[in-house]
Amino acid sequence: MGRVVLLAKGVTKTYQMGDVQVRALQDVDAKLCEGEFLVFLGASGSGKSTLLNILGGLDSATSGQVHFRDTDLSYAGDYELTQYRRKHVGFVFQFYNLIPSLTAKENVALVTEIAEDPLDPAEALELVGLGARVDHFPAQLSGGEQQRVAIARAVAKRPSILLCDEPTGALDFQTGLVVLQVIERINRELGAATAVITHNAPIAAMADRVITLADGRVTSDVKNESRMPPEELSW
Amino acid sequence: MTPLNTKLLRDLNSLKGQVLTIALVVACGIASYVTMRSTWSSLYESKDTYFERYRFADLFVSLKRAPESLVPSIEAIPGVHRVYSRVVTVATVPMPELTEVARAYLVSLPSNGEPTLNGVYLRSGRFPRRGRENEAVVVESFAKAHGLVAGDSIPVVVNSRLRNVRVVGIGLSPEYVFLGGVGDFVPDDKQIAVLWMQRDVLAPAFEMDGAFNNVALALQPGADEKAVMRQLDLLLEPYGGLGTIPREKQVSDFLLNGELAQLEQMATVVPGIFLAVAAFLLNIVLSRLILLQRQQIAALKALGYTTGQVTVHYLQLAFVIVALGSLLGLAFGAWMGGGLTNLYGTYFRFPTLVFRITARVAIVGVGVSFLAAGIGAITSVLQVTSLSPAEAMRPAAPARYRRGLLDRLGISWLFGVSSMMVMRELRRRPLRLVLSSIGIAAAVGIMVVGRFSTDSMDNLIDVIFHQEQRGDLTVAFLNPQPVGVEHELELLPGVLDAEGLRVVPVRLRSGPRWRESAISGLPTPSRLRGLVDRNGHTTTLPEKGLVMSAKLAEILAVKVGDAVEAEVREGKRPVLALPIVALIDDSFGLQAYMNIDDLHRRLHQELSISLVQLRVDPTQLDELRRRLKKMPTVAQVTVKAVVVERFKGKSAETMRVTTLVLSFFGAIIAIGVVYNNARVALSMRARDLASLRVLGFSQREVTGILLGELAVQMIVGIPLGLLLGNYWCHALMNTNDPETFRFALHVSSQTYAFAALVAIGAAVVSALLVRRKLSRQDLIEVLKTRE
Repeated sequence: MGRVVLLAKGVTKTYQMGDVQVRALQDVDAKLCEGEFLVFLGASGSGKSTLLNILGGLDSATSGQVHFRDTDLSYAGDYELTQYRRKHVGFVFQFYNLIPSLTAKENVALVTEIAEDPLDPAEALELVGLGARVDHFPAQLSGGEQQRVAIARAVAKRPSILLCDEPTGALDFQTGLVVLQVIERINRELGAATAVITHNAPIAAMADRVITLADGRVTSDVKNESRMPPEELSW
Repeated sequence: MTPLNTKLLRDLNSLKGQVLTIALVVACGIASYVTMRSTWSSLYESKDTYFERYRFADLFVSLKRAPESLVPSIEAIPGVHRVYSRVVTVATVPMPELTEVARAYLVSLPSNGEPTLNGVYLRSGRFPRRGRENEAVVVESFAKAHGLVAGDSIPVVVNSRLRNVRVVGIGLSPEYVFLGGVGDFVPDDKQIAVLWMQRDVLAPAFEMDGAFNNVALALQPGADEKAVMRQLDLLLEPYGGLGTIPREKQVSDFLLNGELAQLEQMATVVPGIFLAVAAFLLNIVLSRLILLQRQQIAALKALGYTTGQVTVHYLQLAFVIVALGSLLGLAFGAWMGGGLTNLYGTYFRFPTLVFRITARVAIVGVGVSFLAAGIGAITSVLQVTSLSPAEAMRPAAPARYRRGLLDRLGISWLFGVSSMMVMRELRRRPLRLVLSSIGIAAAVGIMVVGRFSTDSMDNLIDVIFHQEQRGDLTVAFLNPQPVGVEHELELLPGVLDAEGLRVVPVRLRSGPRWRESAISGLPTPSRLRGLVDRNGHTTTLPEKGLVMSAKLAEILAVKVGDAVEAEVREGKRPVLALPIVALIDDSFGLQAYMNIDDLHRRLHQELSISLVQLRVDPTQLDELRRRLKKMPTVAQVTVKAVVVERFKGKSAETMRVTTLVLSFFGAIIAIGVVYNNARVALSMRARDLASLRVLGFSQREVTGILLGELAVQMIVGIPLGLLLGNYWCHALMNTNDPETFRFALHVSSQTYAFAALVAIGAAVVSALLVRRKLSRQDLIEVLKTRE
């Protein structure tokens, strides 16, 4: 296991949702190491997405600390968080969040434009098996293909960290499997520390380590003996 | 091309309906501003150039007769730069094809070269030559109206002798930009002429050899105009001086300045409204457009784009729209401005009228639009980027709807779920309702403004030509006639009624305040002349004392019970002290009235008549006009129907154009607001609406929910717009010179109906466009893509 890339200590997050105050995270500790494949497992509403958003610099904790390598992100402002995301973090969302008016290649180029030493957009799409569909618009792609574009977009900057929020959540089993294979390969070949959020327990078997969340708290943090290849998973 | 630029182009393409409607609103704002400001500045500059090049004088005096040897004394008055003495008189021109005789000013030209002041611009031909008896330069408007060219001859009655005058040139002068008197508001080009003739020819005909009866002066820079006027009046008093008239009170210049001042006011108020409305719409529509891209903005932020980069991207979107609108607006403004300037050219007789858009006007118009767009774009982007990307990427938190009054009363079921959805949406976003309604109100208001001038003209015609002047024909005499003339006219064919009145030109004075006016002496009660106030109420003229326009009393700072001095401007020029017995809040000019007997008693004169009003059998009108033309004492015959026609004809074209343009603009604004609102509402609520379709709601029901919100905006916006329009009409009425026009605001119900209907039409068109969009929506796609 490599050095710790990302460290969360005592992270708490409270939301005001309409009239209701929601405590999404309560005193959560977590870490992500170099080259590691981590799965956050939890039911809907367990706080895993919130944690991922905070780790990825999309959101700030109400209290607690977050460190990326030697940088303290806990009190980082918009500029620092933007730089952090731009240079180090690749995101994959459940609903892809592609820009509908841009083709697959252009969506990837959106990142390569602003990154230092990025992959070529075509190369990144090749990596996710979409070399033949570079000029298609999101609306012309299936859900799985859209998600692979999103992955290509996330990895094209050669991120230190790849954060995936329910990457298979909107996909059927077969398609989901292809997406997981792609993520696994990226983790292996590019060496990006990878955290995948899922409510789907069998997926945890492909990870180096599994953190389970419930009601905004960490209930377990377990190391797997070995990583199961995604093609052997079933759910 | 960077991906963001590609996104920009594709966004512009997919939003083309919105881009176009917003750009058109911007174009309307800029076009109206450019049109009116540029027309005004072009007219103003043309006037200044003209007046300077043709040496328009600063002071004017008419007098009875003074020897030429007096000129050095005038030149000696401190502050006087140049003195130009001349002979100016009137004549009649019995053009064979006219039923009535035309009037002409005869103005002398020096025998040695051009006039040193009040120069004449020669459009064609030449100046009269010395020693040639009957040569004249004719004013262009009269020449055009009669198709006269150099070489033609016209009959002119000069001091009772008919002469055949040869036209040698066609000319214009700054002194006669407007021909006709104050109050003569639709002078007929055919009926009034200026003839410039050699002084050597004119002087002997009027016994003015070695003398002059009119003098024009130019002042030195910084001279004390008032002091010069006082000295001049003293100097010319023994020679029958009628008092010095400064340039701003010279009839033509007074009218010209009045027109220009009104145009300037219009050019400030109307485009101000447009530009403000366009800026306002641009701001709200762009904000909504950007808020729709909330999730895309968040995704860009999540990918590492800075707030600055995202802001610039959306500013580019806004600026492309504004740039498109600006180009359209400038082009349209230049085209309309050229047309409007030409239209004004038919009223303002300048040698040349050049339309020019100044850089300043273009920069202000375009700048305001860019500023509004920029502020709208930046505030909206910041509103999104101030959220953390994670929060912004989620669909906005479920909106907080609240139970309204109807729920609490327990009667909401009466309205059905669809109506409740509409009402709760409106309750949740009251600001949106307010802003949208204001936008619609602005559109309606502009259309009211566009049409009210027609209403006001109808009202004006009714007051002046029906309530006040009840005769069909007015006969003016060269000199006051004995009262018997009424009966003479009554005996003519077709005359049903004749009523004489006496008009005495006076300068009314109270202390240092004075105004030129005329006292109309009327019989009490008068059958053919009504004293009507702004609200249409008729006042009866008292047997004794003076009645005057309330405005005139205000200017002279006098009230009922006070006395004013009336310096009579004819005959022995007595000064009368007249008690004010009543004021009349009338609509037009600075008027004064007295009982005709009382007037003559105070003048110590026998009763006489200077004007007779006739009521006429229309079938015998032509015969009557022929008979009147033959009467040597008649100076002018005015047929009311002809004046009304001319008046309508002259204003009709301008008003038709204005109404058309403003209605078009109003409709564009209405579509701009309604269509964009509907599109934004559609995008924001696409999922809700698709869900309803899945649940089994029909296309019509779903459209109803979407458009119900727009209907409420219309219901609030239209009445508000009618009020706003009324308010703007008031503001525009106030741009009239109060000494000339004071009409009560009159907006007809047709105008209100028209404005409301055009707005509703625009809303229906927008609704159909949105409905088409809605019917093409893929339900499954919409439901699938968002949680």
